Amino acid sequence: MPVTKSRKLTLSYQIKKSWISYLMIAPFFILFFIFTIMPVLSSAVLGFTNFNMLETPNFIGLTNFRHLLVYDDVFMIAFRNTMIFALVTGPLGYVLMVLLSWFINELKGVVRTTVTLIIYAPSMIAGAAFFIWFFLFSPDAHGYINGFLMRWGLIYEPVLWLINPNTVLIIIMIVQIWISMGVGFLAVLAGFKAVDKTYYEAAAIDGVRNRFQELWFVTLPLIAPQMFFAAIMQLAGSFAVWEISVHLAGFPSTEYAASTIVAHIVDYAQIRYELGMASALAVILFFIMVIVNLGLRRLFINKISN
Amino acid sequence: MKPIRNLVRRGKIGNRLNRGMGGDLLVLFFVGTFVAFAGLPLVFNVMHSFKPLGELFLFPPRFFVMEPTIANYVGLFQMSTNMWVPFTRYLFNSLWITFAGTLGQLVVVSLAAYPLAKHVFPGRAILNQTIIFALLFTTMVLAIPSYVIMTHIGLVDSHLAIILPAMQRTVGLFLMVSFMYQVPMDSIEAARIDGCNEFKILWKIVMPVVKPATMTIIIFSFQELWRSTGDGFIITENLKTLPVAFQQIQAGGIARAGIGSAATVIMMVPPMILFFIAQQRVMETMAHSGIKG
Repeated sequence: MPVTKSRKLTLSYQIKKSWISYLMIAPFFILFFIFTIMPVLSSAVLGFTNFNMLETPNFIGLTNFRHLLVYDDVFMIAFRNTMIFALVTGPLGYVLMVLLSWFINELKGVVRTTVTLIIYAPSMIAGAAFFIWFFLFSPDAHGYINGFLMRWGLIYEPVLWLINPNTVLIIIMIVQIWISMGVGFLAVLAGFKAVDKTYYEAAAIDGVRNRFQELWFVTLPLIAPQMFFAAIMQLAGSFAVWEISVHLAGFPSTEYAASTIVAHIVDYAQIRYELGMASALAVILFFIMVIVNLGLRRLFINKISN
Repeated sequence: MKPIRNLVRRGKIGNRLNRGMGGDLLVLFFVGTFVAFAGLPLVFNVMHSFKPLGELFLFPPRFFVMEPTIANYVGLFQMSTNMWVPFTRYLFNSLWITFAGTLGQLVVVSLAAYPLAKHVFPGRAILNQTIIFALLFTTMVLAIPSYVIMTHIGLVDSHLAIILPAMQRTVGLFLMVSFMYQVPMDSIEAARIDGCNEFKILWKIVMPVVKPATMTIIIFSFQELWRSTGDGFIITENLKTLPVAFQQIQAGGIARAGIGSAATVIMMVPPMILFFIAQQRVMETMAHSGIKG
């Protein structure tokens, strides 16, 4: 509701006046409270206990956090890997996603839809998509990459791509980028399509001379909300990597080289049944992501108009 | 100035403002490469489902099928006509969960997104921030708390245990809010002056403009719910979903690997068809309305 400047509005008056807004958001936030907020809060509380799924949880203060930060060597590897994913794969995937949507926007009709579908498919079929990478990076001489490199005499014996700690992370990063063209990609693509054509004509008259200028000065500012949405999705996605790691590098991977924070959480929760520890780790991950999210917000805040 | 306008009007350049040959080639090369890589698993899965048993376990593995057979699909069909709970029951359960969850999400999310994007009220900024924070908490540790809550409100072993949580997806709400930011305030104000209430404005003015978001939510929600196995909340066999039925078939071991790969392809097809239809609709609607910043 528009706020009138003439009257000094008290908070309770504003709340009363906005009853229709509260009515409209009520169904979502009631469900949201029951099915998201309550589980998240109870899980966060469990982070301060020694819950092991069998005994009644006891409150043990910050012991879990101290253990993770001081004694847990795998946590340090997982933390490093997760930060690599967040700071390298995330931005790379994001730029690639924007470029792809921009390029696809040049296509029309059925071709456009088909190309969109194929690029979106890896994220859609997720689990069924991973094993193609096994054939490519199979560690023996029959893997496609090894076979190709050996035939051309570039290497003389097969490389253990998914076993060697030095190569496995890079491969997982490639697969992560490949699979990250998800809902953020669809949103940005729809944003591109939605920009009113007259803006391009006006820009051409105002002196925009090539498609890069057009993208930078016209399109991207107009679709800032979609860009922000996609950035958050990309951020959440690159912090949440674990399935790819588990599918390709094994669980645990050699020397935990491919471990991530979420993989470590799954290890605590589903293998060791130390749910208290898993929850503590989830809380740590959450705060790391909140910090990165606040940085992202600063980048976008002035560009999302109301 | 004038010549450009005239060319545009006569359809000579139309969409081709500021487009050069070199850029076009770059676009083709870039998209082509990516499509080739992204298409690999699709082609592979389809190839795989037409392989006879001997070829499925061939070493070294082959990408292309040598002697295609439809035996896997025939086998899948025979297995599914021969189940303890009729196959159509699983199919119906999956369709019901997918339909109800997707429609419910659209209604709940659109209602909430409109005030969050376009109204000014106390608490709005905090709620908008909460949605994003909720996206950031990993779901890996939520299984046990969720189960306890579901037990308390008595939803365990009912389809509502899947449908109700599906209606409050923060991804969907955040997406909807993002698109609603771009609805021009002028048209909303104009409708208010004409005496429309907020629900009518949402339905008549806002929803037509955010159709791309609607379609994206449909795609996203469908694919998620279609492969839902019930998250451990559903115990009665009669209430279980199609992916569970297929998992049970695949659990038969190596001899059923072929049937399993056929099932994978069958599960892939409906979300893809829906994706195709929804994306085509997005393009048609966008031809008429546009973002005006």
